[in-house]
Amino acid sequence: MTSNQTLETVPDSGRPDRGQLLAVEDVRTTIHTARGDLKAVDGVSFTLDRGETIGIVGESGSGKSVLGRTIMGLHTTGPTTTISGRVMFDGRDVQSLGVKELRSLWGARIGMVFQDPMTALNPVKKIGTHLTETLRKHQGLGRQPARERAAELLDLVGIPDPRRRLDQYPHEMSGGMRQRVVIAMALANEPALLIADEPTTALDVTVQRQILDLLGTLQDELGMAIILISHNLGVVAGRADRVAVMYAGRIVETTDARSLFAGAHHPYSEALLRAIPRLQEPPHVRLAAIDGAPPNMITPPIGCRFAPRCAYAQDDCRQVLPELRPSSESGPRHLFACHHPVNRGDA
Amino acid sequence: MSDLVQAPADPGAAAVPTVAEPAAPPTGTPSLLRGLLPLVAGVVALVVTLVPLRGQGWTTAAVFLLSVVLLHLGGSALGRRRWGKDFDLTTWLCAVWLAVIVLAAILAPLLPLGEEQDLSQTLDEPVMARPDPLTNHPLGTNNFGLDLLARVIYGARASLVVSIGAVLIALVVGGAIGIAAGYFRKLTDATVSILTNSLLAIPPLILLIALATVLDPTLPNIAFALSLMALPSMVRMARASTLTFVQREFVLAGKAMGATHLRLMVRELLPNVLLPLLSYGMIIVSVLIVAESSLSFLGLGIQAPEPSWGNMIAEGEGNTFEEHPHIVLVPGAAVFLTVFAFNMLGEKARKRFDPRQAKI
Repeated sequence: MTSNQTLETVPDSGRPDRGQLLAVEDVRTTIHTARGDLKAVDGVSFTLDRGETIGIVGESGSGKSVLGRTIMGLHTTGPTTTISGRVMFDGRDVQSLGVKELRSLWGARIGMVFQDPMTALNPVKKIGTHLTETLRKHQGLGRQPARERAAELLDLVGIPDPRRRLDQYPHEMSGGMRQRVVIAMALANEPALLIADEPTTALDVTVQRQILDLLGTLQDELGMAIILISHNLGVVAGRADRVAVMYAGRIVETTDARSLFAGAHHPYSEALLRAIPRLQEPPHVRLAAIDGAPPNMITPPIGCRFAPRCAYAQDDCRQVLPELRPSSESGPRHLFACHHPVNRGDA
Repeated sequence: MSDLVQAPADPGAAAVPTVAEPAAPPTGTPSLLRGLLPLVAGVVALVVTLVPLRGQGWTTAAVFLLSVVLLHLGGSALGRRRWGKDFDLTTWLCAVWLAVIVLAAILAPLLPLGEEQDLSQTLDEPVMARPDPLTNHPLGTNNFGLDLLARVIYGARASLVVSIGAVLIALVVGGAIGIAAGYFRKLTDATVSILTNSLLAIPPLILLIALATVLDPTLPNIAFALSLMALPSMVRMARASTLTFVQREFVLAGKAMGATHLRLMVRELLPNVLLPLLSYGMIIVSVLIVAESSLSFLGLGIQAPEPSWGNMIAEGEGNTFEEHPHIVLVPGAAVFLTVFAFNMLGEKARKRFDPRQAKI
């Protein structure tokens, strides 16, 4: 039952409560497309304390990225999108803010790290310009002080010879180095919340680890909260205080990383865990993939979204959508949305 | 204009790893003989046109053309031998031609040229003299004894100023509209599309003639009229390449850093869109040179006796072209070479900066 040995779990207890930074309350993001209304995020709630890390895991199209952008306020209610629910960031409702207030939030209080460092940097702008622009806008620094600070930031994210790098263009750097630049940009104004949307997906495995370690170190130094979005449980497991598993726009299970690996209650989480290939398995073993495909989010199933692919599904699963709730034996911090949870006896 | 192609100002160009060139002459390089032989033959043919065949009319012209072909063959073989097989003599000659014509047009008043428009100065000059490089009128004279070389160079002033000016106007206005349309999409895009499509629906020459009846034929007015012709395609080009860049993450990243719409368009999109627009502009210049010539040919553009390539060609009307072909051939060659050079260089630049081939 013990999980992958390469994953270290971060102790959940022992951290002082530093107060709530973010509260996401029943957020629904509906995108209006030509073929109908696509419920990309469909009733997600969670809270995040200062300095805490939450990992959001799910397969492609489960609404992770849309959730991240909704939290940030990059998606707002308009002709193409409707958002309901509340995102309270530092006591303010993000969705009620005007464009000007949002712009002073973005890059200053909330930073974002993007998936692909190849496209997240403008090919015709120097590295230095990428960094100084945000410093000068949000902190009002002059040209020279902004440059000094930009060099410090590059040094902070572990880029050697930062002064020379300031005058280089993105194509002169490797993928890992570019992702470090993207992180430096997101951290430039020491945000309270960092949303990392698949920060390591486009990088190779050795660089992935460096980038994740870097995020952890920087979190300890700067004390920001992190929302780590990934489709890879292994990425999230070692770094996040808590893990939320998303499926078809909903959180199906949320708990600390250790108990998720010890005993996932939701069949989807269990299937995800089983799909992680392990080194100790004999070669040429068939990968335990999950049959079927995620549901069409324009017309989602009536009951549990996972029921059509679930090995344990029964009649009530296809009728009633299960709520996210704790169980008596697993404690108040382990929530799951399933009528017939698995691993309950030995959790 | 020409340094756009020669100097890789674009950082993306340096990203392409340079292929290591082998030190020894690689297979496929022409031998020294294959370069020198046509070159020597070309020089001989050139001397033949200048001395023994002087003033023989069509024979001279034919041998001169032969010498040009031979010189080009020899020159490009030698160039490939010296600078590798990617060496393209035609491109260099295009750049040189444009540089020469632009410099000559700028420096025209300082050059020792014959009279180009004052008829009172040319009363004792030969009329309809044939082109002969060894006389005072290397490209000949017209029916008033005006020097054709001087007229071609002063005509270049008008033609180039008008067409480059028109392209610049179209570039600035069309670029701004196109970027805004590609960035905001929705209503802005729909409005812009309808307007550009309506402008495109009017046949260009009809539009020009209609404008020419309203506007005085001054240089700024002609430039404005021509810019209307170039505008729709510029808008479309800017919009199309904005669309390819606007969905890249760096635009979203800029937004997530708190950048305003204007800042995103000017700082993130414009530098990316500018390169394909400039190279497209080169091609449009050549189209507008022809358009300006057509206008002047119809008498709606620059008015005689002030020279422009179009009204110079128009002097060949009637029987003149049959009796004195050089009257039409000399300005015609100037138009042809300039349009060809702009097209070649524009095409080269477009290939390099085409948004569809941008990888970073």
